[in-house]
Amino acid sequence: MATSETKTHSPIKTVIGPIHPALKEPIKFIFEIEGEKISKVDLAPGHNHRGLEWMATRRNPVQILYVAERICGICSIAHSLTFCRAIEQAAAIETPARADYVRTIFAELERIHSHLLWAGVAALELGFDTLFYKTWEVREDVMDLLEYLSGNRVNYGIMQIGGVRRDITPAQHPRIRKSLLNYTILFDELVNMFLEDSVLRMRCRDTGLLTREEALQLCTVGPTQRASGVAADVRQDNPYCAYGDLRVKAVTPDQLLDEVRGDVFDRIIVRLLEVKQSVDIIAQCLETLPDGPLLAIPKIMVLLNHLKKAEGEGIGRHEAPRGEVFHYLRLTADRESPAAWKVKASTYSNLLSWIKMLQGEQVADIPIIVASVDPCISCTDRVAVIKQGKTAVYTQEDLRRISREKTRRLRQG
Amino acid sequence: MIANKLSPEQIIEKFKAMLGKAVLAGEIIRRAEGRKQAANVQIWLTLDKAALKAAVRLLCSLHYPHLAVISGYDAGEAVVLVYHFYIYYGEWRGEYNVSLRISLAKTDLSVDTISDLIPGAVVSEREKQEFLGVRVKDIPDARRIFLPEDFPEGVFPWRQDETGIPESMVKKLYEAGKNEGEKRRAASVDSKSTRQE
Repeated sequence: MATSETKTHSPIKTVIGPIHPALKEPIKFIFEIEGEKISKVDLAPGHNHRGLEWMATRRNPVQILYVAERICGICSIAHSLTFCRAIEQAAAIETPARADYVRTIFAELERIHSHLLWAGVAALELGFDTLFYKTWEVREDVMDLLEYLSGNRVNYGIMQIGGVRRDITPAQHPRIRKSLLNYTILFDELVNMFLEDSVLRMRCRDTGLLTREEALQLCTVGPTQRASGVAADVRQDNPYCAYGDLRVKAVTPDQLLDEVRGDVFDRIIVRLLEVKQSVDIIAQCLETLPDGPLLAIPKIMVLLNHLKKAEGEGIGRHEAPRGEVFHYLRLTADRESPAAWKVKASTYSNLLSWIKMLQGEQVADIPIIVASVDPCISCTDRVAVIKQGKTAVYTQEDLRRISREKTRRLRQG
Repeated sequence: MIANKLSPEQIIEKFKAMLGKAVLAGEIIRRAEGRKQAANVQIWLTLDKAALKAAVRLLCSLHYPHLAVISGYDAGEAVVLVYHFYIYYGEWRGEYNVSLRISLAKTDLSVDTISDLIPGAVVSEREKQEFLGVRVKDIPDARRIFLPEDFPEGVFPWRQDETGIPESMVKKLYEAGKNEGEKRRAASVDSKSTRQE
């Protein structure tokens, strides 16, 4: 430990969190540590629960759409799309085929940007600064593309109940194709940088293990689940939007290396392969983009009136970059606002998997294991070490330093 | 391929055969998107709350279910919980969405835990306890999860009755400084009019 002037009495209780700006639920981790080994993990989310579901029962559905879009800065397509799908089922609205394709293109662009952002964060946590700068430089291309198509780098304002607000015109296709080609070329380079580096492999192989059984029992979702060998993906199992026409296949690590271990390394493989998959999906969507209208009910007042009278309930689901996002929505005829709205973000399902992953691991591996679930960005804003009744505070910087020291030790052999 | 896969109709039949009168209603919804080539399956079952555990056990015997979340709402005389499960995931368009709805009368808001069958359910069960005021029997971890430690006891945010969020707890930030702005505007109008005179 970095501050060991006094003799330590194990187990030491270490608290990480709860301040974290990017998550819906900033998280507090409580570790019991013996020497370098984590013996017990507990977690407490919800330090900044914003009560959005409560707020929604006091707003009309079009207003909620903007709340939904702002649940997460990275997944702003994911939540607005899922909310739209839930309310479309509840109010029996059929989206036009073209809108489904535009939705798919945006959702996949979001996946590319989210996975590259994650890869950069993972490299940063491990102390691979060049790799971190490289991945974030590469990510700028898709951010520029999203800005070109929607006008914004985050909170794209594309989704609308019953369709989308903006079209993708034929004049925009060459710019999209240019980015897709760029990522196709870059893919091999990224795989080489992440998967062929022996030190990175030593840090990530067999670290933060989650078995297939644990992944199933703890109801995990997304790359966390797939890296443990569960070939589940909403786009494949229950295809929606344009995915039903594209035959998406869930990505598991054995598609690259013929084995599944369920460690941090496997989570890197899954996310990198999914970037390639997203590029393919967008290319297919552009080729087969159907003609037709963008909105089922173009006039907002007509839409609001329809929703006001509608009665029913609906489920919205979307395979967001971090895993399945789920919304349940219930409309009753006597009120304009929904009677109930339940939002389940991806990390909600992956919370308990951290406990299994972190038990028995070293303190220096906390940042990369916590980041391997992709809880938006790293959760380790602040660490308080309680030692002999005194409390010392570890900053994120301190933790990262410990992690980096370990990489350097491995590098020097 | 998943062996011995049942059709949605067969699943509802199976539930009715196993649970008898405890199955209050069953419905199959099919929805298609994109070019509408094929539809996805949703099965909605309304159950007596005593049959919940047996129903989840039945799902486990078909295919280990993935619990998405437990959603819930206040329905006046009762609190309704909806357990959203998926089975037959892992293959192309194979998944069924099975939602089990149970109703808890407000006079007895207790329900059995399902976390012994699906350990991951505990997060959602803890959330339902604090947000809807239901009591999950034999829950392995009954602590609060999302609400802050200093949140008052006996207030349940998603309830629409007297135990919901009272008006006094709503921070109307949009009203902050509202009257002061009006006063200032009125004052500046006054000073202008006096200057003109």
